[in-house]
Amino acid sequence: MRALGIVLAGGNSRKMGALSHKRAISAMPIAGSYRSIDFVLSNMSNSHIQKVAVITQYNSRSLHEHLSSSKWWDFGRKQGGLYTFTPTVTPDNSNWYQGTADSIYQNLLFLKRSHEPYVVIATGDCVYKMDYNKVLEYHIAKKADITVVVKEMPEDADVDRYGVVRMNDDGRIEEFEEKPMVARSKTVSCGIYVIRRRQLIELIEKSAEEGRHDLVQDILIRYKDVKRIYGYRIESYWRNIATVEDYYGTNMDFLKKEIRDYFFKQYPDVYSKVDDLPPAKYNPGAHVRNSLISSGCIVNGTVENSILFKEVFVGNNCTIKNSIILNDVYLGDNTHIENCIVESRDTIRANSHHVGETGIKVVVEKNERYVL
Amino acid sequence: MYRIIRANAVKVVPFNEIVCYNELGSVICGIREAYYYVSRGDNMIKKEMIAMLLAGGQGSRLGVLTSKMAKPAVAFGGKYRIIDFPLSNCINSGIDTVGVLTQYQPLKLNTHIGIGIPWDLDRNVGGVTVLPPYEKSSESEWYTGTANAIFQNLEYMENYNPDYVLILSGDHIYKMDYEVMLDFHKESGSEVTIASMPVPIEEAKRFGIVITDENKKIIDFEEKPENPRSNLASMGIYIFNWKVLKEALITKADQPALDFGKHVIPYCHEKGCPMYCYEFNGYWKDVGTLSSYWEANMELIDIVPEFNLYEEYWKIYTKSEILPPQYIAQDSVAERSIIGEGSEIYGQVYNSVIGCGVVIGEGTVVRNSIIMNQTHIGDHCTIEKAIIDEYAQVGSGTQLGTLPEKENDTRPDIYNSGLVTIGEKSIVPANVKIGKNAVVFGETTAADYPNGVLDSGRTLIKVGDGK
Repeated sequence: MRALGIVLAGGNSRKMGALSHKRAISAMPIAGSYRSIDFVLSNMSNSHIQKVAVITQYNSRSLHEHLSSSKWWDFGRKQGGLYTFTPTVTPDNSNWYQGTADSIYQNLLFLKRSHEPYVVIATGDCVYKMDYNKVLEYHIAKKADITVVVKEMPEDADVDRYGVVRMNDDGRIEEFEEKPMVARSKTVSCGIYVIRRRQLIELIEKSAEEGRHDLVQDILIRYKDVKRIYGYRIESYWRNIATVEDYYGTNMDFLKKEIRDYFFKQYPDVYSKVDDLPPAKYNPGAHVRNSLISSGCIVNGTVENSILFKEVFVGNNCTIKNSIILNDVYLGDNTHIENCIVESRDTIRANSHHVGETGIKVVVEKNERYVL
Repeated sequence: MYRIIRANAVKVVPFNEIVCYNELGSVICGIREAYYYVSRGDNMIKKEMIAMLLAGGQGSRLGVLTSKMAKPAVAFGGKYRIIDFPLSNCINSGIDTVGVLTQYQPLKLNTHIGIGIPWDLDRNVGGVTVLPPYEKSSESEWYTGTANAIFQNLEYMENYNPDYVLILSGDHIYKMDYEVMLDFHKESGSEVTIASMPVPIEEAKRFGIVITDENKKIIDFEEKPENPRSNLASMGIYIFNWKVLKEALITKADQPALDFGKHVIPYCHEKGCPMYCYEFNGYWKDVGTLSSYWEANMELIDIVPEFNLYEEYWKIYTKSEILPPQYIAQDSVAERSIIGEGSEIYGQVYNSVIGCGVVIGEGTVVRNSIIMNQTHIGDHCTIEKAIIDEYAQVGSGTQLGTLPEKENDTRPDIYNSGLVTIGEKSIVPANVKIGKNAVVFGETTAADYPNGVLDSGRTLIKVGDGK
């Protein structure tokens, strides 16, 4: 591949509520056994991008733990590799990353020392499969300066948290608004950009000189009339997880057969860190319906329309409905959980009752784990 | 203190000065100008204990399960293979150098082991090495016996200059800390230590039995005795002092079919080596027959199994190819079962061990069965007490193990206990009935089933050297 990859995984979203208290959004668990960043890393690996930088800042420990080895995505090669960049103090700079453009600027040497002609920039909080080579071909064919991957959202979708674009018939982006109050189109930016490496270095250096730090506001929107910025439509499944509702919805999408088959059975694969966990175990009293169960789970109760992540223990007589139970949760006997997301490594005491009445309830109890 | 430039050896000389030499043996840095002959022997790699894992046997009593792969490569417990247990024991016991001796049908085993990544045995020095028999300038031969296989790899062991060598076999299910056994070996002043475990005295005649004094010193052996004098059965796990092992193997090299139990251990005993018995009291299961293999799998699904895979501190590692979670559909049942990653259950599963990537169709009922990786079962089947190997396809409406029991017509010693056995990559057409103690292997069609029935005890093998 003639591109290197940059994954922007540093941000936080207040819309994730308590779920982002202890982890970066890119480290959010997805579909039972993956993390959000696995999708972008697998896409890059499958597009033969060999050199990838992950830029992290907010709650980066969780992400570093997941990226402890690059071998899961096949980046552990003599050529290329997986780099993680957290803010560092240097003689010239003692600031945190002040924005997406600044985070690249602070690691500009990485770009300058590379030889790949193009850069693919993507975020770590989206669930999709994509061959970036297709975008690059489009980028070259359109003689674009920057290509932005865009998605047509359904008519009824609420797009006010996205960058909203309008393209002309040729695909050139004519309007680009970040998080508009009233959106004038349903075409949103997916946060995936293809750009020539030298062009990127030039734009980033210029912005830094002017004290501008944001990739979208200060480069894409500011330059949209000067530079040829094109939109590439993604037709397949793409979903951003950065709100509680979208996170819940994205996970629940995996209960649909066509989505599961698309991600799990069709080439190319999605890779993730392998935990050595035993197979899931169903004891007498287990009643599981329309659910995804990950390895290491032990089920003694009823689970319906739910997703159990790794190593969840479901006690006797429990009822779990329409819920997401994150990794390593212990649910005591007779617990009732409905319309909830239960935070990982939690212990829910016996006879607890949690129901999300109006929306999705995020359950964080932080109880001590009883050792049996 | 010194920079080592293109030196190929570092040696501590008298007065504790570090001196570096170049290829010609001349001093390139150091305080004293001295000339020493540098022998590689002083600078050898050193491993305290290395393991040699015997994984070349066929395990013919597992019938069609081992017709295309060695017994250590047979799947076990949903996602594992039998060899995962000794390999995980090694790394959990701190042994990072393991030679795996392969001979019979090694392809699956080689693919599984690779460079040892799943067990953290991909090391710069040591790690896992697959050791097949190889051609020599004279006297090339296959591995003719357990000890002969080790003898042919003396050079491999020499490389690591070990103090102790652990001999393992790749066909048992157990968790054992070999380091504790080594401590016992050192403390007792033993030169050969045999791990053994107490078995019921009436079963003792199936095993090699060791007879010990009150200090666990071995005073005698009996191989499958009629009237056993002790109930301590040898587990086929030995720790040898390297020098003792090397001497014994070289001395007995001309013995045909050189075997540890039959030749090497008795030789060491006659020679008067101090030999001790390390008593092991945990779970240990020989899965050498189809019925014991089936039982050991079924024991995993007890509420608190005797052999617990869910313990944190002694993990069993394996090569995991499939990541996604399993899907349990709306009108399905999964009870008293363990199910591997990526499987999709649309039917009912009771008392069964299901591997990874298995699909069980709508309306199908599976009871008391083992279904291995990537096997697809159609809709509305009934499957009772069956062992279905990897990548098999069973058509819809098929009934396995529902007919009255009859003895197997070819190998009643292998296919018994009422089990139905379906071999690897077999195809079973739709709407047929297969009886108990029957075996199917290969791509079968409806024509192979007169009136849609393969009666109990019948053997239907349509591929090469199925036994």
